[in-house]
Amino acid sequence: MNTNMKRRVFLKGSLAAGTVGVAVGAGLLAPQAVMAAWPKAAFEAKSIEDALGGSLGGKQTEQSDDIKIKAPDIAENGAVVPVSISTGMADVESVALLSAGNESPMVAQFVLGAGGVADVSTRIKMAKTGDVVAVVKSGGKLYANRKSVKVTIGGCGG
Amino acid sequence: MAKKSIKIRAKVKGDVTTVKALMNHPMETGLRKDKKTGKLIPAHFINEVKATSGGNTVMTTYWSGAVSKNPYLSFKFTGGNKGDDVEISWTDNQGGSDSGTAKIK
Repeated sequence: MNTNMKRRVFLKGSLAAGTVGVAVGAGLLAPQAVMAAWPKAAFEAKSIEDALGGSLGGKQTEQSDDIKIKAPDIAENGAVVPVSISTGMADVESVALLSAGNESPMVAQFVLGAGGVADVSTRIKMAKTGDVVAVVKSGGKLYANRKSVKVTIGGCGG
Repeated sequence: MAKKSIKIRAKVKGDVTTVKALMNHPMETGLRKDKKTGKLIPAHFINEVKATSGGNTVMTTYWSGAVSKNPYLSFKFTGGNKGDDVEISWTDNQGGSDSGTAKIK
């Protein structure tokens, strides 16, 4: 009888945990409690302006050639496109990376902490040929640059 | 002990430490369909990566599911010394997390 009760509680517990996990994964449970300051509005925005407004505090950006974007001219595999962003600008607070051709353009945000240097790299998925946009927040203002990347095979599993 | 999912290399040259990290993670966008069941595979991706060294947070990175599977991250910071620890920890949208440490060479 004892083992039965224990088994029931255990099963109940794991079922509950499983349901929570699935719910969070499916986006039903607002995972605000789980995630610290993940800028949800920015990552779910469908346009570049909304993505910037949703997290960087502004929609207007000033074009700057001082932002260097290193990415292949032609990406063989849209699922793994290496991108590097660097800038010599002073007082950089954050660097945002967007893929204009993705359904939700905001891909990554790098928030520099103490001693952070504005030189970051990662690999991203690009849905189709389009611009990789780098937005640098420096001194409270947004600066941007973009580079066109041709994608032969789309990277979002579609 | 959970399998460590982060490989880290940290090298200092002059005043700048370059850190390269490779994390093991499916990074599902939530837009893919399971071919057998036809159902959408739920989004499962690292959404925050924090890097600390010498007691300071040197970088906080926010990601969407559009970062590639087994994500690679490289960044730089000043003020690190040879022998210091660099710790990288990540959390994902399903509440998972992991962390790893490496010494600056």
